[in-house]
Amino acid sequence: MFPKPIEKAAPATQWAYRIALPISLLLWLIPMIGIAITSIRPAADLAAGNYFGWPSRFAFRENYTAIFENSPIAYYIFNSFKVTLPTVLGAVALSCLTGFALGVYRFRGNLLIFFMFVAGNFVPFQILMVPVRDLTIRTGLYDTTLGLVLFHIAFQTGFCTLFMRNFIRALPYELIESARIDGISEWRIFWNIVLPLMRPAIAALAVLVFTFVWNDYFWATVLTQSKDTQPVTAGLYSLNGQWVSAWNLVSAGSIVAALPPVAMFFLMQRHFIAGLTLGATKG
Amino acid sequence: MKISTWNLALAGALVASLASKAMAGDLVINTDASDPAPKKAWELIVAGFEKENPDIKVKLNTFDHEGFKTSIRNFLSADAPDIVTWYAGNRMAPFVKAKLFADVTDVWTDNKLDDAMKSTAASMEMNGKKWGVPYTYYQWGVYYRKDIFQANGIAVPTKWDEFVAACAKLKAAGIIPIAIGTQAPWPAAGWFDYLDLRVNGYEFHRDLTAGKIPYTDDRVKAVFAKWADLVKPGYFVENSAALKWQDALPLLTQGKAAMFLLGNFIVAPAKEAGLTDANFGFFPFPEITPGVARAEDAPTDTVHMPAKAKHKAEAKKFLAYIARADVQAAANEALGQLPTNNQSAKPNDPFLQAGFDMLSSASALAQFYDRDAPADMAKAGMEGFQQFLAKPDNVDQILGELEKARKRIYK
Amino acid sequence: MMLKRRKIAPWLFLAPGMAMFLLYVIIPIGQSIGLSFYDWDGLGEKTWIGWHNYIELFGDDAFYVSLKNNVAFLTLYMLAVPGGLAIALFLNQNVFGIRLVKSLFFFPFVMSQVVVGLMFSWFYAPNFGLFARFIGWLTGTQVAVLADSRFAIYGIIAAGLWPQIAYCMILYLTGLSNISPDQVEAARLDGCKGPQMLWHIILPQLGPATFIAVVVTVIGALRSFDLVSIMTNGGPYGSSRVLSYYMFEQALSEYGYRMGYGAAIAVILFAIMMVFISIFLIRMIGRERSV
Repeated sequence: MFPKPIEKAAPATQWAYRIALPISLLLWLIPMIGIAITSIRPAADLAAGNYFGWPSRFAFRENYTAIFENSPIAYYIFNSFKVTLPTVLGAVALSCLTGFALGVYRFRGNLLIFFMFVAGNFVPFQILMVPVRDLTIRTGLYDTTLGLVLFHIAFQTGFCTLFMRNFIRALPYELIESARIDGISEWRIFWNIVLPLMRPAIAALAVLVFTFVWNDYFWATVLTQSKDTQPVTAGLYSLNGQWVSAWNLVSAGSIVAALPPVAMFFLMQRHFIAGLTLGATKG
Repeated sequence: MKISTWNLALAGALVASLASKAMAGDLVINTDASDPAPKKAWELIVAGFEKENPDIKVKLNTFDHEGFKTSIRNFLSADAPDIVTWYAGNRMAPFVKAKLFADVTDVWTDNKLDDAMKSTAASMEMNGKKWGVPYTYYQWGVYYRKDIFQANGIAVPTKWDEFVAACAKLKAAGIIPIAIGTQAPWPAAGWFDYLDLRVNGYEFHRDLTAGKIPYTDDRVKAVFAKWADLVKPGYFVENSAALKWQDALPLLTQGKAAMFLLGNFIVAPAKEAGLTDANFGFFPFPEITPGVARAEDAPTDTVHMPAKAKHKAEAKKFLAYIARADVQAAANEALGQLPTNNQSAKPNDPFLQAGFDMLSSASALAQFYDRDAPADMAKAGMEGFQQFLAKPDNVDQILGELEKARKRIYK
Repeated sequence: MMLKRRKIAPWLFLAPGMAMFLLYVIIPIGQSIGLSFYDWDGLGEKTWIGWHNYIELFGDDAFYVSLKNNVAFLTLYMLAVPGGLAIALFLNQNVFGIRLVKSLFFFPFVMSQVVVGLMFSWFYAPNFGLFARFIGWLTGTQVAVLADSRFAIYGIIAAGLWPQIAYCMILYLTGLSNISPDQVEAARLDGCKGPQMLWHIILPQLGPATFIAVVVTVIGALRSFDLVSIMTNGGPYGSSRVLSYYMFEQALSEYGYRMGYGAAIAVILFAIMMVFISIFLIRMIGRERSV
């Protein structure tokens, strides 16, 4: 394990590390703390210019309940889940397949197809807006969760394919060769041998895709419009008025909205850490 | 990786719920009134309408204000509602030209709205037809600290010389005369509008924003010369391009600045910061060229019926409803703005009363620079105004660029 | 028989992913490239104008300013990659509560970029902003970063680096968890330590993670739309505009109804990205082939 495990270092170093950790965390999160404090300020503070000082009073309960009252944010969060979870499932599943195909097999067009996935991912969203919107309308999926999900699955597959293909390339090819010699079918090789090895990549990708799609604002505004389908990103800014922005409420709302991705990361960490079977050439 | 049966069931339930579409009501309204006060106003409006029309069920969709500006372009063609909120003047022009708004001249003639809404009728008209119904507008003017004025022996200025003198006195006393935030550049356009209206008059301003007058014209330069009288001695707050207007407001509420040219929406947050009617006041923009008829900026909010609306009869009923004096009075009370129907009851709030008097006695009403001028001209113009505030010596270069833009845009 | 199955297999695996991607991404890209040859306000009729949008673009000052800013973004954003690596190395220990610490370090990445931009713009604000006050205390004069056409773009880049470093950190944490312990042990036995170990043993194994980190950082640098929108609106007087924001301004903002022109800008942006991807892919493939 690198760097040297801290348990093996001198006690002084261990203590230094244990102290440095929370301090560095605090410094890193200063803007975050700013956002958190803003979220418990009353609006009067901001109008009076009290941006960074001690809040004139603690409007924690007031703000955090206001966001649930002024806008159906619980509903929006539910919608966000309805969009994000299927996207994660779909994109990761599809990219396991495509990554396997591009990573394991040599065939004409492998590089070209890989290039297509990577290039398509770099595309600025705005360039896709009108064609995708028209396609979604023509298939009758405008203002539906399914319409949004299908787009996200398709788009995220680009990045996920890149990720998976590289990960699979790094796996020892001998595993697959020995399985082939044993006469195992291609599908079984994928399902029983390679897929289990991809756990850390799947976990990391699940967290990343979850975060991307959860935080997407652009496509939420393009493809959805009603309360039944709008995810939290679009709904959150409805807390801002036409002239007067309620930044204290938006800060509170965005903290609430940020909790699910962080929770996802916290839960998936286990899978990152597993050392797994890399390096084992025996089946 | 094993997928348990429970996970599969969950996935199945999710997929099943995904394909459900939003239910269609009898009247679908899309608005960007996401602020608490406008939201309440709209709920009032809808509740009243449903009470009078028990056979019509209304579905009110509220969008966030910024996203709405993009979404409207999509849903007008994709899945149009029956009523949509928007703005008058050049803002509605792209949709009228693309035939996405419906002609509602019949609603105007049937309900005699040309009389009731005389001051706003012109801004709703294009090609001789009416394309929507206005339901609210608000005043712009100078909001100021009464107590600071009193403490420095300054009377409310009604003429330009008095105004400049007041600024000089305030600056000498260590107070920032004028607060402004131009990170979003439109507050600077408010200054340009008023200076132009007062120096050259409404007809000139209308022609300028319609692209008929070059920006290098001497009369335009005269406007900037008057503006420079305030900018060069440093009467505006410094570095305003880093501040949104809301971030510049604390200067006023903390007593560090004395005046702010803005719309009436400044009152609510100012009062929240602790200002009261005793120390916070309003006065109309002072006269500059004597004899020029007094015109005001009064941005108007409107409702329209999309051309692709599915329930046109119900929508027209709604348009007639929202044009009524009593409906507008009640809605505007909740909104904190002014009804466009001149038969509505006068509001109670002192700021609104001042605005009502000022607007109803004005000779003409402009819609604000970014609604009077077409979109790209508005953008170029506002950036020029923002730059002028920071670098007044660049005026000739700025006007040259605006003129270049004008030639390109008004083909 | 097996050989035949092996030949079709990749296509079968690829089919679903490719179909979706073609339908929702590749074909729309083609349609949008086509759009750039028209004059269209996004609502009504389209008019064919050939190369006119591009000709206008190359004479457009705003375009060159945006281009310059994008270059600044790309170069400075690269700092996120070593930054993320440094934090990942720092956190790659097993002390009590490290899982929580890692999640908290990751937090900036999941915060909405609008709120991040807002916070930083308050930091920089003249008079009350912490950063402005700090500079005032250090040097005597306050600098309003976002009001100064020389510095505005750097203020935005700094704000964007914060979540981007968190992103690279998580990629490197994944990579570090896959380092082969045998190689590390063997090197340790040979007396290899610290910086040498990092350079010769660890970094090569982190190749894939580095590649992805660079790719997403490039994508992030070219996409920085929310930050520009909330912090400066492209100002002051357009000095902090970037191509993605300029495209939005022209095509979709409340003052922009020029979809054809915006599409042309997007095509240029896409072309720039293509150059970068090609460079990376060629290097990556080259390195793979030589192994």
